[in-house]
Amino acid sequence: MKFLSREEKEEIINKKAREHLSPAIFEELKSKVMEMDLTKEELERIINEVIVEYRSNLIEPGEAVGTVTAQSIGEPGTQMTLRTFHYAGVRELNVTLGLPRLIELVDARKTPSNPVMTIYLDEEHSKDKERALEVARRIEMTKVVNVTRGYDIDLYTATIILHLDPEMLSDKGVTREDVINAIKKLRSLKADIIPDETDKYRIIIRFQEPELEKLERIKDKILDVKIKGIKNIKRVIIQKRGDEYVLISDGSNLEEVMRVKGVDPTRTITNNIHEIEKVLGIEAARQALINEIMNVLEEQGLDVDIRHVMLVADLMTRTGTVKQVGRHGVTGEKPSVLARAAFEVTVKHLLDAAARGERDELKGVAENVIIGQLIPLGTSMVKLIMKRR
Amino acid sequence: MSEKIIKAIEFGILSPDEIRKMSVTAIVTADVYDEDGLPVEGGIMDPRLGVIEPGQKCRTCGGTLVTCPGHFGHIELARPVIHVGFVKHIYDALRATCWYCGRLKIPEDEIDRYINLLKRLEEKWPLLAKGLIDHVKKKAMKATECPHCGRKQHKIKLEKPTTFLEERRGTQIKLTPADIRARLERIPDKDAKLLGFDPEKARPEWTIITVLPVPPISVRPSILLETGVRSEDDLTHKLVDIVRTNLRLKESIEAGAPQIIIEDLWELLQYHVTTYFDNEVPGIPPAKHRSGRPLRTLAQRLKGKEGRFRGHLSGKRVDFSARTVISPDPNLSINEVGVPIEVAKTLTVPERVTPWNIEELRQCVINGPEKWPGANYVVRPDGRRLDLRFIKDRKALAETLAPGWVVERHLRDGDIVLFNRQPSLHRMSIMAHVVKVLPGRTFRLHLAVCPPYNADFDGDEMNLHVPQSEEARAEARLLLLVQEHILSPRYGGPIIGGIQDYISGAYLLTAKTTLLTKEEVVELLSVINYEGELPEPAILSPKELWSGKQVFSLFLPKDFNFRGRANVSAGLLKCENEECFWDSYIVVKKGKFLLGVLDKKAIGSQQPESLFHWLVKEYGSEFGKEFIDKVFKVFLRYIEMRGFTMLLDDVSIPKEALKEIRAKLMEAYERVRELIRQYEGGKLEPIPGRTLEESLEIKIMEVLAEARDGAGEIASKYLDPFNSAFIMARTGARGKVLNLTQMAATLGQQSVRGERIHRGYRNRPLPHFKPGDVGPEARGFVRNSFRVGLTPVEVFFHAAGGREGLVDTAVRTSQSGYMQRRLINALQDLRVEYDGTVRTAEGGIVQFVYGEDGVDPMKSAHGKAVNIDRIIEKVVGWRL
Repeated sequence: MKFLSREEKEEIINKKAREHLSPAIFEELKSKVMEMDLTKEELERIINEVIVEYRSNLIEPGEAVGTVTAQSIGEPGTQMTLRTFHYAGVRELNVTLGLPRLIELVDARKTPSNPVMTIYLDEEHSKDKERALEVARRIEMTKVVNVTRGYDIDLYTATIILHLDPEMLSDKGVTREDVINAIKKLRSLKADIIPDETDKYRIIIRFQEPELEKLERIKDKILDVKIKGIKNIKRVIIQKRGDEYVLISDGSNLEEVMRVKGVDPTRTITNNIHEIEKVLGIEAARQALINEIMNVLEEQGLDVDIRHVMLVADLMTRTGTVKQVGRHGVTGEKPSVLARAAFEVTVKHLLDAAARGERDELKGVAENVIIGQLIPLGTSMVKLIMKRR
Repeated sequence: MSEKIIKAIEFGILSPDEIRKMSVTAIVTADVYDEDGLPVEGGIMDPRLGVIEPGQKCRTCGGTLVTCPGHFGHIELARPVIHVGFVKHIYDALRATCWYCGRLKIPEDEIDRYINLLKRLEEKWPLLAKGLIDHVKKKAMKATECPHCGRKQHKIKLEKPTTFLEERRGTQIKLTPADIRARLERIPDKDAKLLGFDPEKARPEWTIITVLPVPPISVRPSILLETGVRSEDDLTHKLVDIVRTNLRLKESIEAGAPQIIIEDLWELLQYHVTTYFDNEVPGIPPAKHRSGRPLRTLAQRLKGKEGRFRGHLSGKRVDFSARTVISPDPNLSINEVGVPIEVAKTLTVPERVTPWNIEELRQCVINGPEKWPGANYVVRPDGRRLDLRFIKDRKALAETLAPGWVVERHLRDGDIVLFNRQPSLHRMSIMAHVVKVLPGRTFRLHLAVCPPYNADFDGDEMNLHVPQSEEARAEARLLLLVQEHILSPRYGGPIIGGIQDYISGAYLLTAKTTLLTKEEVVELLSVINYEGELPEPAILSPKELWSGKQVFSLFLPKDFNFRGRANVSAGLLKCENEECFWDSYIVVKKGKFLLGVLDKKAIGSQQPESLFHWLVKEYGSEFGKEFIDKVFKVFLRYIEMRGFTMLLDDVSIPKEALKEIRAKLMEAYERVRELIRQYEGGKLEPIPGRTLEESLEIKIMEVLAEARDGAGEIASKYLDPFNSAFIMARTGARGKVLNLTQMAATLGQQSVRGERIHRGYRNRPLPHFKPGDVGPEARGFVRNSFRVGLTPVEVFFHAAGGREGLVDTAVRTSQSGYMQRRLINALQDLRVEYDGTVRTAEGGIVQFVYGEDGVDPMKSAHGKAVNIDRIIEKVVGWRL
């Protein structure tokens, strides 16, 4: 047997296969064939078979891909768990998974019930735990309340005394001066902020015009002051993935996290689709939707072809903004009155259509079912025109 | 026969003129029936509105009950009233236009600009046109002075549901519907367009009703109760109220009654008309029936799941269907369905008489409706239907049968029917089967089709439909037959395949230890009428013996190659490649089953990339069907021959094992106690981000889960890996090893909402424990196994966990059902066009190439467009 050389194989495969196959399969075929000893006849037979197989696997015109997709994603829904809380590798963090998360995604909710970010770090910071912690501290939102052990309110002298927690201070990398400076930024506060000379973990806040009844409210305001970090990021956890450290955050703020030094903005993501749409654009949102839905399905051990998920994501994003699957999105914007009326809020749609003098062209499935005609899909999509003699 | 096709439907508001034109009579009296019980002319049941009783002729159109569609009447209202559904539109129109000149409160040149823009938008982006109208309205409403006539504008308030108030110099004046109508009339067509009205089909003032159309009687039929009393439809009741109030109002006006009385009556008329349209308007009491039941008026008829749209138009009831309990029959083909004779005698197939079937059909007619296979009706060429129940001389009728007649004959073997089990969650929930008429009263189906229907035989019922047209039958045979759905479009793998005993049987037959005598081989093969030579026996002496693998090989195509791991390849019996003692790596070479055993991974349902998957994909659906029909029967025959049962001993373990498990659990208990001691002493290390209590819970649960697993491992160590229960678990036929350990070793922790059970009594789940006890027993750890038996307290915890499962399922079905309904509604119009793009019903592009590579997931190899490895294997074979 005479085997082909690599160059000969490459030439044959480029000539015979490239234009007939999708790029992904072509590359796969090429890489696989290159590693083998093959005769010319064998290689040509392989290429032929692949092309024939690929063509026969193509989808047929008229196929009701929408319905198949809806069924393929809806049917496994009955097999999913309802449990909202699941620990995704990190037992410190709650992540919504299963059916509630899937519903959340197709609903295109403005904020997920458990926003989470996966923050990747750049070369410099990702290898070392200490450096990663550095970034984590920059990101994590630290409020005064996070570093205080307790407080006293002295009504007589109209002062609030904060007792800082030394452990938390060092954990968050905050000093007493940081806390004082943060509180000073609170504009509505008319008080002197004095670091206690006798106890380095005490801050005394003395009011200039004591308004005793407001003291309690002001205290809450002070405790809520942000010392550092990024808004909405409640907690950051460091996790080792492979040979690098990755940050997982409770809460999401993609735009600002991406700007933080040490963060790798090219890989950092959030599970909030709308945020991705705003920051990275609609194509990114589409990909994020696909990833999130596939992730939910796979985590539940459900096998669903990615093409179905892509179709849902494409439909949701095709207008340029993320649209919900339902009344306030895809279905609500259908041009057909009957299709909308048959879904939800029947009467309102009919009355509005009457006032606007709308015209239903009966192009969709629901409309044709309603009037008892063949639906424009599959075998009844075909129209026959006959010439009369 | 000419078929009419509806091209489009236009919506609009009926104008008073139109209502009068289409009306056949004015309704002028509140009386419905006279003393003789006959409908009064000019009353609400006026006979000219359409036929109600069979045999009558319509006085308007001359049609009969079937042909007369019914005719509208009308009521001239003494004073106009507002249509509740349009209150929002009226409110917007009033605020956006000048009360004096009726113009939109936007300068003329801007109006022209907007009109232009609107026209362009409507052509291209109808959705944006809606947005523009909202914008225009908002802008016009802001104006405090009319840019056309310069008059000051008043504030208009809407008092729900139908009262409009105008603020003039600090006081609020009520606007009567007549005032409003006058204002709306002044709005020019051009401006109305910008307000979102189409003046051709819906002038703004038509939202105020001056003439009320009265629907035909066929829309609101009265029913005759058994007692002979007439019971009128809710709509009729409401119409009577309207007519009566209208008459009183008219008389009061003519008699010159005081203003206040007239206004009260007017209000009352408004109320009746409002509830006539919608009886669930917030802010007013719903109109009630004498019995106190709220009336079901127009809006209620359309709305909701049981309303006209979802209940009657989107979903329709059908004839030629049957429903009964299902039961299994392994002797059927997978694409057959066993139909009871009784059902077969009721369901019919219309068959046109031809010279080729005339004798057959004659016999059917002679047999008549009682004897199967007979016929129930005969349709003559002139369209007359003859009911064979009432034909005395069927023989004579059979003689007159000629080509051109149609006989509606009984269902018989070989007919095609659709078979369905609810919930119909995917397309495999409705598949076509070939009829096999059988004695008995249940539908029979092959066990391998249970997974796609998600059916079992604990009392499930299924539906059967008989397609009536030639087109429908052709489609059913080509597209819907069971074998065309072996592969699921969800993941590109077989959804139909072996389950339960098929898998156990396949495993036992192909196991290394199975050697069969000639008699046994012949018996196995005779089940499926195998014709052909027996292969060379695997063992020649002292006795000719065949292996099970040889028997199976007889059914494989001669050019089929396969290799892969079996389900049993796990733990101690793991095999990574063909050189393996445990025989759990399958090797099929040129149609010879050489190594390995068949189990779930090879022939199971819902197992992509399995041996069975490649067989179906590479040799076609027909081959797949034959394969299941034949080979699976052999598996069953073998398991019958060998005998297979599960016994108590299968889950019983020796005393010392129990002791070992006990020790393991005791050790875990001690560790839990230690954790609690640490917690109480304040020495417990908290998990970051968790409270101390949460940390304790998490740690205890970890310890206990570990203990359960440990106990399970001990138990499986002592269990015979070749006992029946273990075989089922290992091959994937039924049950998991976990279930076995629950039976043999310990049940483990019971949980509710992912936590240990801690609620039910004061600070404890049951009064049997000390308050605040967080030890394993007090939080639902079940130490015993099913084999040993549970203590009463353990039974309680187990039931609590079990109940959660039931509640969960109930909640989940409703949630996922709604999600699927929304998905279907959003996606159902999408289709692949001839150019390969995915488009919406209107032609909007959703994807340029379906799924980025244009491959049908059902035909794909588990998602991959082409499985190159298999092709290379096929071409190069086993040279490599």
